Amino acid sequence: MEIGKSFATATALALVTASGAFAESLTIATVNNGDMIRMQGLSSEFTEATGIELEWVILEENILRQRVTQDIATSGGQFDIMTIGMYEAPIWAERGWLVSLDGLPEDYDVDDILPAMRAGLSFEDSLYAAPFYGESSMVMYRTDLMEAAGLEMPEEPTWDDIAAAAAAMDSDEVNGICMRGRAGWGENMAFITTVANSFGARWFDEDWNAQLDSPEWLEAVTFYNDLIQNYGPPGAANNGFNENLTLFQQGRCGMWLDATVAASFVTNPDDSVVADSVGFALAPNKDGMDKRANWLWAWALAIPAGTQQEDAAMEFINWATSKEYLELVAEREGWANVPPGSRTSLYENPEYAEVPFADMTLRSIEAADPNNPTVDPVPYVGIQFVAIPEWSGIGTAAGQEFSDMVAGRQTPEEALERAQALVTDEMEAAGY
Amino acid sequence: MARAVTRQRKAINTVVAWTIGLLIFFPILWTFLTSFKTEAQAIADPPVWFFFDWTLENYRVVQERSNYTRFLWNSIYIAGGSTLLGMIIAIPAAWSMAFVPSNQTKNILLWMLSTKMLPAVGVLYPIYLIFIQLGLLDSRFGLTIVIMLINLPIMVWMLYTYFKEIPGEILEAARMDGAGLREEILFVLTPMAIPGIASTVLLNIILAWNEAFWTLNLTASRAAPLTAFIASYSSPEGLFYAKLSAASTMAIAPILILGWFSQKQLVRGLTFGAVK
Repeated sequence: MEIGKSFATATALALVTASGAFAESLTIATVNNGDMIRMQGLSSEFTEATGIELEWVILEENILRQRVTQDIATSGGQFDIMTIGMYEAPIWAERGWLVSLDGLPEDYDVDDILPAMRAGLSFEDSLYAAPFYGESSMVMYRTDLMEAAGLEMPEEPTWDDIAAAAAAMDSDEVNGICMRGRAGWGENMAFITTVANSFGARWFDEDWNAQLDSPEWLEAVTFYNDLIQNYGPPGAANNGFNENLTLFQQGRCGMWLDATVAASFVTNPDDSVVADSVGFALAPNKDGMDKRANWLWAWALAIPAGTQQEDAAMEFINWATSKEYLELVAEREGWANVPPGSRTSLYENPEYAEVPFADMTLRSIEAADPNNPTVDPVPYVGIQFVAIPEWSGIGTAAGQEFSDMVAGRQTPEEALERAQALVTDEMEAAGY
Repeated sequence: MARAVTRQRKAINTVVAWTIGLLIFFPILWTFLTSFKTEAQAIADPPVWFFFDWTLENYRVVQERSNYTRFLWNSIYIAGGSTLLGMIIAIPAAWSMAFVPSNQTKNILLWMLSTKMLPAVGVLYPIYLIFIQLGLLDSRFGLTIVIMLINLPIMVWMLYTYFKEIPGEILEAARMDGAGLREEILFVLTPMAIPGIASTVLLNIILAWNEAFWTLNLTASRAAPLTAFIASYSSPEGLFYAKLSAASTMAIAPILILGWFSQKQLVRGLTFGAVK
């Protein structure tokens, strides 16, 4: 008994000491993207100013997503701040998993956040995640190859313009166009969904019936498949963001349609052999349709409900997503390295306007409306995804069908038929 | 003639063995080489082999960004601790199964192995919830226990196979001379089984070192070992292959060196019992 007692006392003492030692320490889970790593580097300024120590848990995007979901669903309490995306924010807020950010101080100026970003990260008019950086998608193209082909890329191209440019630039050394082909809801389905939106297609009608058997979907998917088969790189079914980035930086792509954040990579002369000859254009639409293939995404900082350190966490978010932080990055690393796509004031800054991709990034973000993502009305929020918990499952399963199509194992008709069947099954099982 | 054929065959065997060896080793070599390149060289096409300006820049960046020593210490703690703890349980268990078998021994052995057939993710949530209740999340102790439990069936099986090779008469003789159970296991069985125990220990250290599912899922910052250190350099939106390679090289170097020096025991241990 005596031993038991002293053991219990020792354990209790150890626990008290341990929690005491970590009282002024925040654990932040985040992804390994350039802007996040820069924030980690600059965060010593925050610690100096406030005395709050920071523990960083940096994980690959998919591991991070699984890890934070599991922790928040079980109230594990491992993290005080989580980096989440636009897909998670409204779903988690609805479930009461996140602390509302209404408590941010006045001078944070929440109205300065770009309206599209704010809309995508809010639930019932309250902001639940503060955008650290935001992105849309756009066309990046080789100005030298376009010139050699005697073509000019309009600032607001249609899919016909894109197809003509791809055909003109395609050669033995250069692939006319690079696009995502690898299966995954955040990989090929993000891209294919935006193509579908721009052709007038939608995932579900207003009664949650799957619409992949519609003529619009067939037209969109056939167009995408033809482009990638005729002018895409070999093995395109395995290409995601990084693979296409590699190809573009090596001068192997005439065009690349992907995230706006790629602009700073492909124009960086240290890594890209084509840094001097990259042009930007808005994501295309189908002639006569008023939806463009722009997506909208943000990596945002959120506070899980149940953290013991809500005040300190709020203070950190206030620092990391403030106007002052943007200026701090500009001062240390130059305007081109400022995290893009979060605040209106950044785009009103004349110095930032000189960054070559600033204007097109803003226009792309503004062209995206997560509340009205499609030509016909839909019951869901989200542009390149459907903000329901089932999406990651059905998106990835459908993505596999389209990836198989790109690999030449099935036709667009077959891919759509299978996708329609599996989406219908999943949605029925989920009770829609 | 016969001699010539043998020589020829020997040459072919050598070539085949080297080819397979190099193929298996190639990813590690490539990771090692990439860790000394710039990010642009890392993705260069055609690939850059040996002739480039070798740079330590990636190692500098990795050192600056992460606390490598803490990750390393956690890996040593978890791999060493789980192996030690596992052996304390596995040696007596294997002894009883090898020398005092009952009707159910075979079934118990198979049942133990059956736990390895369940995908780990199937029990993730129960274990996560238990860890929350016990306050063991992100603790080295909790992780050590889990890793030990996962490897325990393998430890028992390996030791069981070794112990079966030891004639029971020797233990009987020890008993006749008045050795108790403790003395019998500690002073008679263990010294004779040293090679088997050594290879079991080595294999388990390697398994625990490389374990990436539980170590990633049950840790955050304090108890995170080198697997989490590698995961922090992988990125789907941005090219950091050279830095990732530097981080990987730093993470596998200790275990690679350990494996290199103990390969004799390892090979002996893994093939033990194969020839009867």
